[in-house]
Amino acid sequence: MRRFLSLGLLCLLLLSITVNAQAQTDSTAESGDDAAALELLEALDVSSYPAKGEAIIAILQSDDERARDWLQSLLDGRLQRADDGRFVVVLDNSGRDWPVADALTGEPLGEMSRRDLDRIGINNALRNQLRSAIAVVDLYSPDVERRRTSAERLLGEVDEELAEPLSELIAEEEDGQVVRRLTQALAIYQVESGQLEGVETLRGSLHPRIRVALSRAANGDDPIVADAASEALISIEQNLKINRGLETLYFGLSLGSVLVLAAIGLAITFGVMGVINMAHGELIMLGAYTTWAMQQLLPGQPGLALILSIPAGFMVAALAGIAIERSVIQFLKGRPLETLLATFGISLILQQLVRTGISPLNRTVVTPEWMSGSLVINDALSLTLNRMYVLGFALVVFAGLMLIMRRTRLGLEVRAVTQNRAMARSMGIRATRVDIMTFALGSGVAGLAGVALSQLTNVGPNLGQNYIIDSFMVVVFGGVGNLWGTLVAGLSLGVINQVLEPWTGAVLAKIIVLVFIILFIQKRPRGLFPQKGRAAEG
Amino acid sequence: MSLTTESSTNFWLTRPFSERSTQIFLGVLLAALALVTILHVVVPPDNPLHVGAYTVNLFGKYLSYALLAVAVDLVWGYLGILSLGHGAFFAIGGYAMGMYLMRQIGERGTYGHPVLPDFMVFLNWDSLPWYWLGFDMAWFAFAMVLIAPGLLALVFGFLAFRSRVTGVYLSIITQALTFALMLAFFRNEMGFGGNNGLTDFRELLGYNLRSNDTRLGLFLATGVALGLGYILCRAIVTSKLGRVSIATRDAEARTRFLGYRVERFQLFVFVVSAMLAGLAGALYVPQVGIINPSEFSPIFSIEIVLWVALGGRATLYGAVIGAILVNYAKTVFTGVMPDAWLFALGAMFVLVTVFLPKGVAGLFHHIRRRKREESTEESTDNPTASKEASA
Repeated sequence: MRRFLSLGLLCLLLLSITVNAQAQTDSTAESGDDAAALELLEALDVSSYPAKGEAIIAILQSDDERARDWLQSLLDGRLQRADDGRFVVVLDNSGRDWPVADALTGEPLGEMSRRDLDRIGINNALRNQLRSAIAVVDLYSPDVERRRTSAERLLGEVDEELAEPLSELIAEEEDGQVVRRLTQALAIYQVESGQLEGVETLRGSLHPRIRVALSRAANGDDPIVADAASEALISIEQNLKINRGLETLYFGLSLGSVLVLAAIGLAITFGVMGVINMAHGELIMLGAYTTWAMQQLLPGQPGLALILSIPAGFMVAALAGIAIERSVIQFLKGRPLETLLATFGISLILQQLVRTGISPLNRTVVTPEWMSGSLVINDALSLTLNRMYVLGFALVVFAGLMLIMRRTRLGLEVRAVTQNRAMARSMGIRATRVDIMTFALGSGVAGLAGVALSQLTNVGPNLGQNYIIDSFMVVVFGGVGNLWGTLVAGLSLGVINQVLEPWTGAVLAKIIVLVFIILFIQKRPRGLFPQKGRAAEG
Repeated sequence: MSLTTESSTNFWLTRPFSERSTQIFLGVLLAALALVTILHVVVPPDNPLHVGAYTVNLFGKYLSYALLAVAVDLVWGYLGILSLGHGAFFAIGGYAMGMYLMRQIGERGTYGHPVLPDFMVFLNWDSLPWYWLGFDMAWFAFAMVLIAPGLLALVFGFLAFRSRVTGVYLSIITQALTFALMLAFFRNEMGFGGNNGLTDFRELLGYNLRSNDTRLGLFLATGVALGLGYILCRAIVTSKLGRVSIATRDAEARTRFLGYRVERFQLFVFVVSAMLAGLAGALYVPQVGIINPSEFSPIFSIEIVLWVALGGRATLYGAVIGAILVNYAKTVFTGVMPDAWLFALGAMFVLVTVFLPKGVAGLFHHIRRRKREESTEESTDNPTASKEASA
């Protein structure tokens, strides 16, 4: 209630601001009256909160062009008073001594000890008042971004006094997004005051505050408005459901792309050599740590470092893979279960190596600017960019592997060895060389997966362990030695997981997926896309 | 190797007693049990030879691990199934025992509730879930120690063997099984104490679990269980059924073509092994005083396989040696330099599989055969054996 009152007060002043706003933009000389400004700030330095509220209104009324900065720093708790009575704005309050600037002139005053400063305190009611005040002031700002945020903030905050100036503003506004938001804000006010036309405007919008306003109206006294509102609500809910479905699908595909990336290297080595590489997860981890190391080498350029770590991660993991193949796996030919144990040992060693060599704690990998943020489709659906990039990356890697398998000499040889090792050897293919190359390729892809994962999860020694069982499931589900199978299996497992999650919770969803795969294997022991063959056994 | 042992008696369960390896094993086991008991009870505490209650407890733990390793060796060594999920059966047996021990606490819990264990009171549950009923009776709980893991193995094995899931695939889905169970048991809603598991036990069959005598008793009971389990496994592998299992291990398709219903043999042995693992878990829990979902972790299961591999696959006594050696090493390492333990464990996995494919037991064989060949020039064993040893 109180908030609305104070906002109402503000709105009374709005007209005067509107008039002055034009004047302010071209004449800066007028604001020079420092004595008056000081008086305004003095009024803030009182102990009573209502008095402070009045002082805030006075500042708004003053037409001083520094008003917004003062209010913002007051809101952030950075408007302080030094021992000598000057008002200062703290620029950075992280260290022991704080750099400050004069609140009146804006001149930097060097550093001050925090003991010499006195903060002007505010309470929650004042905080709300300040936010609304800043929003109103911001609507006149020449900066589009500022107008957008302030328009967003006004949703559901409009009252009688604000309504009229708002419609004038809408007529003058040039930016489409601001106009839309302000129209909606106005419409919410109209719905609240029982005007039917507001409902029409709000129909189809997905913003949560608009839904709140509509559902309040649907339970309201006026039967006509209530009917219209509940009708609008139903269509909104339906629309919302579709959007939620799309969001789930997006997250599912994103999780699936991660699974595909993690599993596809495993699928190659498993398919060709019949070897289970339990250290595959640790090769992923190596890729992620390569990204981290690259960013340490190129501080301040996270984007460049990330792009460079794609080839670097591939090389590091591929070399590690070759080392594993040459030092252990080649001696265990034809003993897949022993290979499993030996590579598990390697995975333990690699993990512990990272733990003692680097740190048992997670490392932070910076997300470059062009990858952070999200793509806003509408009020209910926004797609995070980093997941989008990883999804695209997974598809590119998949396409690349497909090309290698289908169009190169190596791919031909790999497929030959996969289908019939003895026959391929007697046709003159050097199976050992193919083994090394495949293992390097599979491991390298694991490294790429690590580079991608570093953008989505924490980079730590347990990174690989968390993905190894899932990757196995994807390979087994999709069918060994079939890249399409891995793609389909990975994406569908990701989507299934995300679809189940809202109903069952994350852990139970995972358990259900595991049980599903265990049962699926009973039905189709060779996976979704089994390799064709005539042999009675594998 | 010892398959060709001519048996003096025809009853399958007593047949192992006529084997030399079983005699030696049982002799060593009995001697060890007797020695520890004497050193603990008779030798006074100030004597350096005295074995303290802590050590007795530790040995008891090793022996339950050894029984678990025997169970794994039964399926891996003689059936060719590399189970990466035997920890699940072990843990389920342990949970069955833990539930009994929880019910024995009664009103002495922190919240003093006559029936509900502390964690249920904490979760505001007002009655026991149905699957906790009956666990206040010792006979029921002890039966469940065998039945619960056996049932899981029966269902899982039936599905898996019927559709001929073998080799690496089977290993992976057993791993998935134990992983899924671990996630499930971590949930509080499951009613098994969630993250913390079951702990704070007081007494077993009326004996205080914290007294030294009970600890010695548990140690001896575990030793006896290990001996009986060993005899049972030996009896199985030397029976006709065991021979079919071995044939399955070496050439599954061929055995099937000979007319054997391979999946039935696999299922039987798998279930027996799961029950033994459950028994091992039930003996383990009162000795360590806690059971929590970490026993389900895939790493633990895969570690068991290492014990067997290190000791020597398909020998049974090798599994016992491996379990004791690795766990002793673990105790020493984690005490002296905890960081190095995972390096050592990882290195063991690699070295054993590459350089010691037959394990410590294989090393014994090798040495013995060497000696025999040196001493008697003319006694040319079968040529394949020496070929095997050199391979």
